[in-house]
Amino acid sequence: MSILINKHTKVICQGFTGKQGSFHSRQALEYGTQLVGGVTPGRGHEVHLGLPVFDTVADAVNSTGATASVIYVPPFYAADAILEAVDAGITLIVCITEGIPILHMLRVKAAMADTGALLIGPNCPGIITPGECKIGIMPGNIHLPGSIGIVSRSGTLTYESVDQTTKQGLGQSTCVGIGGDPIHGMNFIDVLSRFQADEQTKGIVMVGEIGGVEEEEAAEYIKCHVTKPVVAYIAGQTAPPGKRMGHAGAIVTGGKGTAAGKVAALKAAGIEVVNSPTDIGVAMKGCL
Amino acid sequence: MNIHEYQAKQLFKDYQIPVPEGKQVTKPDQAELVARALGGEGWVVKAQVHAGGRGKVGGVKLANSLKEVKEFSASLLGQRLVTQQTGAEGLPINSLLIEKIYPIKRELYLSLIVDRSSQRVMFIASAAGGMDIETVAHDTPEQIISVPIHPAAGLQGYQCRKVGFALGLKGAQLHELEKLMGGLYQLFLAKDASQIEINPLIETDSGELLALDAKINFDDNALALHPDIAAMQDPEQEDPKENEAQQFGLNYITLSGNIGCMVNGAGLAMATMDLVKLKGGLPANFLDVGGGTTVEKVSEAFKLILSDPEVKAVLVNIFGGIVQCDVIAQGILAAVEQVHVTVPVVVRLEGTHAEQGRELLAKSGVNIVAADDLEHAAEQVVALAKGR
Repeated sequence: MSILINKHTKVICQGFTGKQGSFHSRQALEYGTQLVGGVTPGRGHEVHLGLPVFDTVADAVNSTGATASVIYVPPFYAADAILEAVDAGITLIVCITEGIPILHMLRVKAAMADTGALLIGPNCPGIITPGECKIGIMPGNIHLPGSIGIVSRSGTLTYESVDQTTKQGLGQSTCVGIGGDPIHGMNFIDVLSRFQADEQTKGIVMVGEIGGVEEEEAAEYIKCHVTKPVVAYIAGQTAPPGKRMGHAGAIVTGGKGTAAGKVAALKAAGIEVVNSPTDIGVAMKGCL
Repeated sequence: MNIHEYQAKQLFKDYQIPVPEGKQVTKPDQAELVARALGGEGWVVKAQVHAGGRGKVGGVKLANSLKEVKEFSASLLGQRLVTQQTGAEGLPINSLLIEKIYPIKRELYLSLIVDRSSQRVMFIASAAGGMDIETVAHDTPEQIISVPIHPAAGLQGYQCRKVGFALGLKGAQLHELEKLMGGLYQLFLAKDASQIEINPLIETDSGELLALDAKINFDDNALALHPDIAAMQDPEQEDPKENEAQQFGLNYITLSGNIGCMVNGAGLAMATMDLVKLKGGLPANFLDVGGGTTVEKVSEAFKLILSDPEVKAVLVNIFGGIVQCDVIAQGILAAVEQVHVTVPVVVRLEGTHAEQGRELLAKSGVNIVAADDLEHAAEQVVALAKGR
């Protein structure tokens, strides 16, 4: 088994006919993802990439039975797209869009509370269960079906972790990029708890970065609830305070959210923290 | 994005948040005229720069005569102010804020932030104003009160009273604070702020509340929705290289080392800097060329790195996902054609079209060290920067 998605997951794409939506939908289809249609308001009844286009998410869900949606709409329309998916009964929403205003996300999160829908992202690479289902912008070819669960705030560091665990012959059960924004959907703990419960997952790679306190909270959670080996890496040890390092959420403010603080919390919880991003794969293999 | 204190105070006025009487000026003569018009016997002359800690380094002066107003203004304008929050070069003082002086009974602290943990806009208040709030939070956390606001319910009266009682306010002051907090919350939402800070918020001898200082940061992601705010940007208060990078859609931050870094992805860019440090070097910058990059963008990024005279070697680290490695290689070669490259360049390409990218670089005859793994790439670039 994997977590959250598998070869049976039916996926639709919001922003389907746009440049990003088209490019990544084509890649997803080539990978074997069960992409069953897309949504572009005003272009319902058209056919795009051999799949039906719908005016609304509700129409798409009713016609295709999709349970997951991937969002590639521009930043100022993303909150609308997420909440439309929630309203239509989509249970897993993956928002790739970067640059959404933080107050938009704050309202989205409040509106999503108690709906039961799960959000991955925004500002993330998405989620993949290798060999079964790819929802997002990650390069499919570096993945290998296997036993390592990967959860990360950074896209390219997810790819590094994937590449290294593939080269070690371990492969991945599922990889989840939770995104680089300060207010986002699923957090480390939401994903860690699912890896802990998943039989296929034998080890976990967790990649954090400066900003916020989610790594510290995850450390506490792992100490109490995760029995599988965890290898962690934290990016941003050399980042100057008060500067936003590319990701909206990657900033040290008022001495809080430092890499050193996160590394210390993880180590105190008995988690193996690697100093170099090149040691992730080797360290994971050593733990199994 | 940051704005100046005088701009923040204008926004405060628009939202009925009480501020001292005053005006922004750019000339010493003008400063004297403004002070004369304000009346009274004392004025404060405040340097307008995008940094805190101005008072400690002579950026805020109290004048007891119109002559002093003019003198202080002349001594500040055109200078650069170095505070603990600026670099050693400081920031240019191109304008001043001249304000009336008010008798201070107490200094309080009030701010509004987006709290990541509760995912709410949150007021933070303390009766220990005028000091560095982080120090207060660290030494005496019991002196700080936090009030998160539910986005659907909005700010409620009881929340304002809670803050008011914690600040030791009484009677009409509580009503005044409620109006002030309401204005702040409205301003925060209307303009997509990411932080508003009043430190200090003063209680005058006559019991009035007044925002003696004002600091507002805005959410860069929402700037396109607020042209009025975007127009307040003052590029002279920013790093020139960071400004240039912004125009090309690049994420660039100047650091103090001598190894230039060009990377795709914010996480990998941070990790690359860390690795350089781990191998005994110091990064000269953070640079994320982003996803879906073009030959032109890569070329501009490369030129930007090379324009730093401190840079002794460059490390290019690309894990091609959406970004294709051959596009990166073409960008580097395009830049090399336009500028004379005298420093060694180490390139690590992995992922999509990595082979094609490496081939392009190898065939070009340009002096580039191709590294096939990140660890060696970092080791090599550190050695080359040290002249080995």
